[in-house]
Amino acid sequence: MSILVDNDTRVVVQGITGGEGRFHTGQMMEYGTNVVAGAVPGKGGETVEGVPVYDTVRGAARKEDANAAVVFVPPAFAADALMEALDSPVDLVVAITEGIPQQDMAKVYKRLKETDTVMIGPNCPGIITPGEAKLGILPGNIFAEGDVGLVSRSGTLTYQVVDNLTQRGIGQTTAVGIGGDPIIGTDFVDALEYFENDPETKAVAMCGEIGGEDEEEAAAYIAEYMDTPVAGFIAGRTAPPGKRMGHAGAIVSGGGGTGTAESKITALNDAGVPVGDTPNEVADHIESFL
Amino acid sequence: MKLHEYQAKGVFADAGLPVPDSKLASTTEEVVDAAAEIGYPVAVKAQVQVGGRGKAGGIELVDDEAEAREAADNILGMDLKGLHVDRVLVEEAVDFVDELYVGVTMDRNRGKPVAMVSTQGGVNIEEVAADNPEAIAREHADPAFGLQPYQARRAVYEAGVDRAVAGDVASILTTLYDLWADSDATEIEVNPVMVTADDEVVCADAVMNIDDDALFRQPELAEMEEEAAEDDLEAKANEYGFDYVRLSGNVGIIGNGAGLVMTTLDLVDYFGGEPANFLDIGGGAKAERVTNALDMVFSDENVDSVVFNIFGGITRGDEVAKGINEALESFDEIPKKVVVRLAGTNAEEGMEILNTDLVTVESTLEDAVQRAVEYSEEAN
Repeated sequence: MSILVDNDTRVVVQGITGGEGRFHTGQMMEYGTNVVAGAVPGKGGETVEGVPVYDTVRGAARKEDANAAVVFVPPAFAADALMEALDSPVDLVVAITEGIPQQDMAKVYKRLKETDTVMIGPNCPGIITPGEAKLGILPGNIFAEGDVGLVSRSGTLTYQVVDNLTQRGIGQTTAVGIGGDPIIGTDFVDALEYFENDPETKAVAMCGEIGGEDEEEAAAYIAEYMDTPVAGFIAGRTAPPGKRMGHAGAIVSGGGGTGTAESKITALNDAGVPVGDTPNEVADHIESFL
Repeated sequence: MKLHEYQAKGVFADAGLPVPDSKLASTTEEVVDAAAEIGYPVAVKAQVQVGGRGKAGGIELVDDEAEAREAADNILGMDLKGLHVDRVLVEEAVDFVDELYVGVTMDRNRGKPVAMVSTQGGVNIEEVAADNPEAIAREHADPAFGLQPYQARRAVYEAGVDRAVAGDVASILTTLYDLWADSDATEIEVNPVMVTADDEVVCADAVMNIDDDALFRQPELAEMEEEAAEDDLEAKANEYGFDYVRLSGNVGIIGNGAGLVMTTLDLVDYFGGEPANFLDIGGGAKAERVTNALDMVFSDENVDSVVFNIFGGITRGDEVAKGINEALESFDEIPKKVVVRLAGTNAEEGMEILNTDLVTVESTLEDAVQRAVEYSEEAN
């Protein structure tokens, strides 16, 4: 079992003719993902990696039965691409693009809430169900099939924690990178709920970071609704207030100091979630749950 | 990107918001001339981006030329919370009877803009929000339709703004919202809006943060960026296109991916060292970017050792290793000790390429950080 993606996921890649879109389409297919179409305005009729390209997402969804979109469209045009995916419709949209203007995302978010579609990202590495499918840019070779769910705001930190797990023989049901932007589709609470409802997932690792209140909300959700044990990690303990630490969403607000690592760690601990001081300690906690 | 007060006030004036008469000055003579032109009394305000400038001595109110000279001498060249003051804004002093707060920001939890009004202006609004949240009236705007006029009125009335100025304050809020939307701001704050004895309203301060990711479609604001950079190294980082934040420690940090770089900083601290910077070289970095990153960190005179931590997804370990070798081979003597840890895509190839005469190689994140911390301690 897994969450959101599996062997039945049929993917349309938006931006498939660009450098990144082309490269990662190849990588996704090599991993075994069912990429059935590409969508790029004006490029309908071409093929990339043997995959037919359509001018519109709707065309790809109709002709190839695509039910999930992966978006590699550059930031200036990404909001429009996301709106198109939401209007096509597909069940799942994975937005890889980094650097989408915040006000564009506020409009996309409003539209998202009017649909039943699940959106992951933007500014995320994507989602992978080891052995079945990966939608995004995660390096498939570090993952292994198993029974731990993983949800993270950061790409490379996800890889680090997965590596710590896989190296000691602990595989994953699904790993999802929810993205480092202030406005994202699937948040921690959503992802935790999917894992809680997945009978195969025996434990969940969540990697948060400074900024916003998503981790605090996740802690409240875990305390009230979750039976599956969760171990956490919070990046940014040493981040100074008022500075954006790479991710647009990773910022401790100036005067009031909201969004601090301390507040998130306390909230998680209060919810019974152990928080590792190092990524390897997260793997220690997960191992102790199994 | 955070604008300086004088830049933000220029943008405000262009948008039709009421701002006090002001001039930018960088010498004592310019301050005196500007004050004479505007008319005493004036405020002399340091143009650096730190909170609490007034308390730290960065703002003085002056009544005549002698006082203006003294204030200019005091403030120009001063060190304000670590930042050098080389410019001041000379501004008409407003005689006020009341101070309000007006702001627009993104409520990231709801994914919606929020407009705010409070009669408790002139103090730290985040403290007001924490201690007395009902003192701030909030209206969430629909991002597709914008803030409606009735919402601006409702916020103003619910905040308890004096009826004599309510209409003008609502109009300031509406204009601020439109400016926020048009300029791709993430935050605009006026604290305080001053109310005078004859019921005039004036935007006495101006805080404006622009979304870095939207600068591509805000050419006029993007031009202000270089001037807004506070630090030579941060300006250099802009030039190289790195996400970079300078900190006060002595262990330089280079990595890929914001979360992992933050984690590396935290581990430096955890193992008893002090991080000197945050530097994310981003995904898919080629050799030249690696060289630039090392150049950045070596340019920071506080740095005693460097930890280079890459977990390759789209970034390839062999490319990174090539870049590290190239950068270090160009030195007769390596300026600071460098510890490298490569994992993920092509990490093994990278490890083989790395010139271990020039760098120390460690295989885990924890070991690499500990080694770099040791080197930083040896250097002192």
